Amino acid sequence: MERFSTLVFVAGIGCFAVAFLLSMIFPWMSLYSYHGMDFQTIDKLAEKPSVEFVELSKKFPESFKQHYGEVSPASYAEALQLGRDVYVGQACWHCHSQYVRVVSNEHVRWGPPSSAQEYQNALNQPHLWGTRRVGPDLAREGGKKSNDWHIAHFMNPKSVVPHSVMPAYPFYFDEKGVPDKKGIALVTYLQWLGTVQAGIPVAERITP
Amino acid sequence: MNAAAAISGVHGESLVNYKLIKAHLFAGAVFLVVSMVAGYLYSLQFLGFFPLQDSWTHSPGHFRLLHTNMAAYGWLVNGFTAMLYYVVPRLTGKKVLSDGLGTLIFWAWQLILVLAIGGYMTDKAQAIEWGETPTGFRPGTFEMNYVPVDALVVVGAVLVIVQFMVPLFKAREQRFYVTLWYVTAGLVWLALTYLMGNIMPEWMLPGAAGAAVTGLFIHDLVGLYVTPMGWGMMYFFVPLILRKPIWSHSLSVIGFWALAFFYPLGGVHHFLISPIPDYVEFGAITTTIAIEVVVTTVVVNFFMTLRGKWSALRSSMAIRWFYVGAVFYFITCLQCAFQVTWMFQKVIHFTDWVVGHAHLIMFGVFTFWLFGVIEWLWPRVCRRNWYSQSLRAWHFWMWSVGVLIMFFDLMIAGLVHGFMQRDLNDWSDILRMSEPFWWVRTFSGAMILIGLFCVLYNMYMTAKAGEAYEEEKHLVPVTAD
Repeated sequence: MERFSTLVFVAGIGCFAVAFLLSMIFPWMSLYSYHGMDFQTIDKLAEKPSVEFVELSKKFPESFKQHYGEVSPASYAEALQLGRDVYVGQACWHCHSQYVRVVSNEHVRWGPPSSAQEYQNALNQPHLWGTRRVGPDLAREGGKKSNDWHIAHFMNPKSVVPHSVMPAYPFYFDEKGVPDKKGIALVTYLQWLGTVQAGIPVAERITP
Repeated sequence: MNAAAAISGVHGESLVNYKLIKAHLFAGAVFLVVSMVAGYLYSLQFLGFFPLQDSWTHSPGHFRLLHTNMAAYGWLVNGFTAMLYYVVPRLTGKKVLSDGLGTLIFWAWQLILVLAIGGYMTDKAQAIEWGETPTGFRPGTFEMNYVPVDALVVVGAVLVIVQFMVPLFKAREQRFYVTLWYVTAGLVWLALTYLMGNIMPEWMLPGAAGAAVTGLFIHDLVGLYVTPMGWGMMYFFVPLILRKPIWSHSLSVIGFWALAFFYPLGGVHHFLISPIPDYVEFGAITTTIAIEVVVTTVVVNFFMTLRGKWSALRSSMAIRWFYVGAVFYFITCLQCAFQVTWMFQKVIHFTDWVVGHAHLIMFGVFTFWLFGVIEWLWPRVCRRNWYSQSLRAWHFWMWSVGVLIMFFDLMIAGLVHGFMQRDLNDWSDILRMSEPFWWVRTFSGAMILIGLFCVLYNMYMTAKAGEAYEEEKHLVPVTAD
């Protein structure tokens, strides 16, 4: 019992394997193809560019044309992925969670509780659930606020939320508030959050 | 070779490479400063005083990554590696594989850390908590965008494992002392955990199934690397310094096997009340509560060992760090058994409570234990006595009081946040209520920083200008109180 091989094989590999089975294989088996929840690739997610993405193209035609060209599934996919990269790179997900729980009145504050299905896609690999909420949850953020609000908020959070402790991200915008490539991507990504929830169109979700 | 003989005498000292120990301890302390300064700057953002505004590389989010990752990979890994260079040869009676490999590992690891810092600062962090070391690829793809730090970490870990597994393997006919159980299993777990956590959610498992794995990764990194190394270290150094055997060998057996079995099962508790299936969550909750029983056996074992030698708390700084750390350890783990229930989770998850918990376990427990080891090893490594006694005391008191203030402050802040969130208060009001707590946190952080500078200066001056080493000054008297 107190020898090298026992420790390597039984404790080291054996106990790890049991935990791996229970914490990874079992949930994966439960979640795989659960309620027809097939994995959505980025192309599938970006089939229909969002109204917010279209609005960005109209409001900032020069910047948009320069960085993304026309509104299309391909350019929408590019913006979504880049937006997510910035969101990850700037560690946004360390202060904003992305799942709504069934407790603590969270459905009242943010909307329907999260289901496993809505995370089964390319923009949740790896997931960005987070473990801390300095700022509010963002799982239902898409469509809640206007593009203008987001741009003003990124440039100077305190201008729209006086007690905010969020850092400013003015370097994604010029002094007039015209977003650059990453700015457009970030707003597009935020406006996408929560929109894969099946069967509920955006317009319905934002009514109180 | 008899394990007890190895522990009590000076047997095996000649097998130890003190240069590598010194290098790793010093590098660890430097990265601890990086981590602490980053954490302090990050805390200033919450008060509106973050000094480096409007730069995409120096944004506060990046400092959070620095704070957590440098504490884990910069400080603890360096510290534990130094500890292994001392403990493994002495307990096995065999040298580590190669001194040259040791030098290579040392520089490779520091390079990895610097590359990781570069990655965090340029938006290349991986979206896996505690494993943000850049993969070098865009998420989920094989488009390269940075140095693949993750792959280098795996190479580094394999080299470390080879370095220490060889003496362990050579000693395979011996009966291992409990420290070596933890070291052997911990090295295996380190490799498995890192591979699992950094690869599976990134390329194989999206969404909720991936969350189960990242939860397991966060947990295993603490539970299957840091905890075994920490406990193993305590089982070695406490009897060594107290000059008496551990109270109960059987209890340490129970502690080891229960850790090996129960600890990794609790991983999902980082994402409770989430889209992860409930039965997995219930399993994690039950085993997490079971861990509290295990922890109690270990803590009881340590305190029974101290019985009859209470004066060592006064005469030996190392013992003082170890046992204050052990008290904090019990507090953290007791807290764990409660906070893992859904009843607590619905209030405290997503709040500063969890942050306080993490600070107590990382900085109040394992860092305390490593400081204990530094207290004991640094004079031996340098062959000099400590330069300043008062700086040692300042270090200890600044950390003890600072960590405790931070812990209680964040715990209360978490409750305030949690209940206000439940009661549907405006988010701005939650922030305003949190602000006083964040001030206290920054204050306690300053205390911790001051303590850290005390020990760093003391380490530097000891190496440079301490008096010649006297063994007796560092040992506890053999007689009981």
